[in-house]
Amino acid sequence: MPKIKLAENTVQQIKEVCAEFGNKEGELINVLHKVQNKLGYLPAEVQEVIARELKTSVAKVYGVVTFYSFFTMIPKGEFPISICMGTACYVRGAEQVLSEFKRQLKVEVGESTDDGKFSLNCLRCVGACGLAPVVMVGEKVFGRVAPTQVVNIIKEYREGCASENAKSA
Amino acid sequence: MDTVQLTIDNKPLVVKKGATILEAAKSIGVHIPTLCHMKLDDMNIENKPGGCRVCVVEVEGRRNLAPACCTEVAEGMVVHSHSIRAINARRTVVELILSDHPADCLICAKSGNCELQDMAHHLGIREIHYKGEQSTYREDTSPAIIRDVDKCIMCRRCEMMCNEVQTVGVLSAINRGFNSVVSPAFEMNLDHSVCTYCGQCVAVCPTGALTEVNQTNNVVRALSDPAKTVIVQTAPAVRAALGEEFGMEPGTLVTGKLVSALRSLGFDKVFDTDFAADLTIMEEGTELLNRLTKFLEGDKDVQLPILTSCCPAWVKFFEHQFPQLKDIPSTARSPQQMFGSIAKTYFAEKMGIKREDLVVVSIMPCVAKKYECGRDEFKVDGNPDVDYALTTRELASLIKLANINFSRLSNEDFDQPLGESTGAGVIFGTTGGVIEAAVRTAYELYTKKPLPKIDFNELRGMEGIRQATIDFDGFPINIGIAHGLGNARELLKRIEEGESNFHAIEIMSCPGGCIGGGGQPYHHGNVDILKKRQMAIYQEDGNKKIRKSHENPYIIQLYEEFLGKPMSEKAHQLLHTEYFDRT
Ligand code: SF4
Ligand code: SF4
Ligand code: SF4
Ligand code: FES
Repeated sequence: MPKIKLAENTVQQIKEVCAEFGNKEGELINVLHKVQNKLGYLPAEVQEVIARELKTSVAKVYGVVTFYSFFTMIPKGEFPISICMGTACYVRGAEQVLSEFKRQLKVEVGESTDDGKFSLNCLRCVGACGLAPVVMVGEKVFGRVAPTQVVNIIKEYREGCASENAKSA
Repeated sequence: MDTVQLTIDNKPLVVKKGATILEAAKSIGVHIPTLCHMKLDDMNIENKPGGCRVCVVEVEGRRNLAPACCTEVAEGMVVHSHSIRAINARRTVVELILSDHPADCLICAKSGNCELQDMAHHLGIREIHYKGEQSTYREDTSPAIIRDVDKCIMCRRCEMMCNEVQTVGVLSAINRGFNSVVSPAFEMNLDHSVCTYCGQCVAVCPTGALTEVNQTNNVVRALSDPAKTVIVQTAPAVRAALGEEFGMEPGTLVTGKLVSALRSLGFDKVFDTDFAADLTIMEEGTELLNRLTKFLEGDKDVQLPILTSCCPAWVKFFEHQFPQLKDIPSTARSPQQMFGSIAKTYFAEKMGIKREDLVVVSIMPCVAKKYECGRDEFKVDGNPDVDYALTTRELASLIKLANINFSRLSNEDFDQPLGESTGAGVIFGTTGGVIEAAVRTAYELYTKKPLPKIDFNELRGMEGIRQATIDFDGFPINIGIAHGLGNARELLKRIEEGESNFHAIEIMSCPGGCIGGGGQPYHHGNVDILKKRQMAIYQEDGNKKIRKSHENPYIIQLYEEFLGKPMSEKAHQLLHTEYFDRT
């Protein structure tokens, strides 16, 4: 795993979140949640800082990070793609849409493409069941997506004609 | 009311309130099988995740089967430990575990000692009705321990040992469901982690998922090489446990048989690590006295308390976790390394053997010793002072391999000059022993008077942290003892916070000290075995004619002929070491 060096103020940010939760080991999940919201992901170096602050072992932190699929150690792509795996989407073929994305982007769920443009994730029900199966790219929602449309969605973003608000923050 | 009446398998009984069904059953001799559960009585060590469900029993009036290891007894409870329902559930659980377990028992390092294998046998499982995917993880090999997590059954005993008892925190359950295993953070290899190689995870793993690196083949190869002189040293705790591998009662001392077995295996000389333990005491005891004298002369910079340094897992622990304290421990090398160093200089010279033609093997109760002998500071031009460190278990397998009928061996004596030892050297094998040995010598060197009594019962026992004050003829010396790294951490914290008034502290990584080492015959959670080994060690000490290190005639000779005096320049070069910040 390539080592990254955290910027001083990133470390500071993490420490602040830990302090907010009283540096309590029992608050680990909440801390991870909040830190991921701020940084987008939880690389090894971030987990090390959290372990130190909460006085627990890195192995324990990593154990929690790998237990919950919500947590990710991989930075989000410029265009994060999320596929709803709620029941409605699932029965209407979300699985096939997902495999098409995997095939086209050559990534697994939870990974990003080498050029950092796309990352792929699954979501629980997003509450747009009427549009099932649903795919989100950034904030933009695509409804009734068929596997054959996947190629166009990717093309749309790759060629840069995407609307600005689809970019991740 | 603090007792509870219940019935187990139609037998009425009364037990303490708060006891589990498992404990209650045990008290009347009913054996309920367990897998994840493990308890070391009186040591405050228990693994009770309630995960495997092998221990389920039927409780009348309860819909679900109850896991006996984590269900408390209740008044009037009626328990059936082997109803057909309980047996079927147990078998299903074990078959499910086996369906995701490699079936290579025939060639597994744990074969014959595996609790899963025993369980399958106990339940008479002859067929596995479930076929499923099998997990395939890569093997992780470190200098001392191999992790083969395909054989992990997620009992999480190792995790409990590493986190709660040792507070090292290397191992944790990771991932979810089918993919979950116990692993270091980021699935890194053990040798990149802060693992101390204490081997306590190996000592409690019920399966072959965690084992020591096996070096018996290297030793066999060395023994059959006519160009090499191969000598062996055996640590004190080995003689108090090896017999167990040959069906003897725990606590049987097998020193004489051990020596004959090693001789039959073809070692050119059979020496004793206890000799080097006496040497350690000369160096460490002198260092303690030097520091004390400076302290009494008002030197404010002197580092007190002095901490023992003979346990390599402890050394690695403080290098990772308390590097700021690395000037406190004694600089004396461990007995294993002192032996290697003296063997490859003094002994080699005496015998006219070239360093490269001398192979030093040690038999250790310990897994960390494998790592220790590979540390760079213990090599001369790449040639290690100790070539191979085998565990007690590995030695047992070599003895079996060589068709040696262990129980019929006669008793033989160690070779000289590195085989003579005192009672002080022997007690290095148990918690409290190193410091008692040091006190015996330091007292006489300091007061210049003979000890009024040799046994220091106040330093003995099994409590995790102990302390005692020994009167050095008017000067009270405060002694601390910790075994288990969690207890060591506790003492270190007190030192850091300036709360301790200790002058000397002994620390051993393994609960019980080396008698409970990660390389010893498996105790399968039975603390009595450790206690009996401890008694055997004190018995051997009591049997010795000489019981103080500084009276060992061969040690005196070694200083006269070779080293000069304790802490001399030569002694520094050969018998002392330095520590590194590993953060
Ligand atoms: S050897 Fe000791 S420190 Fe290393 S993983 Fe096992 S229990 Fe933890
Ligand atoms: S490695 Fe061994 S001790 Fe650890 S959880 Fe797996 S089976 Fe249990
Ligand atoms: S206590 Fe003994 S057996 Fe355990 S790690 Fe230390 S030296 Fe090895
Ligand atoms: S032994 Fe009771 S649940 Fe595993």
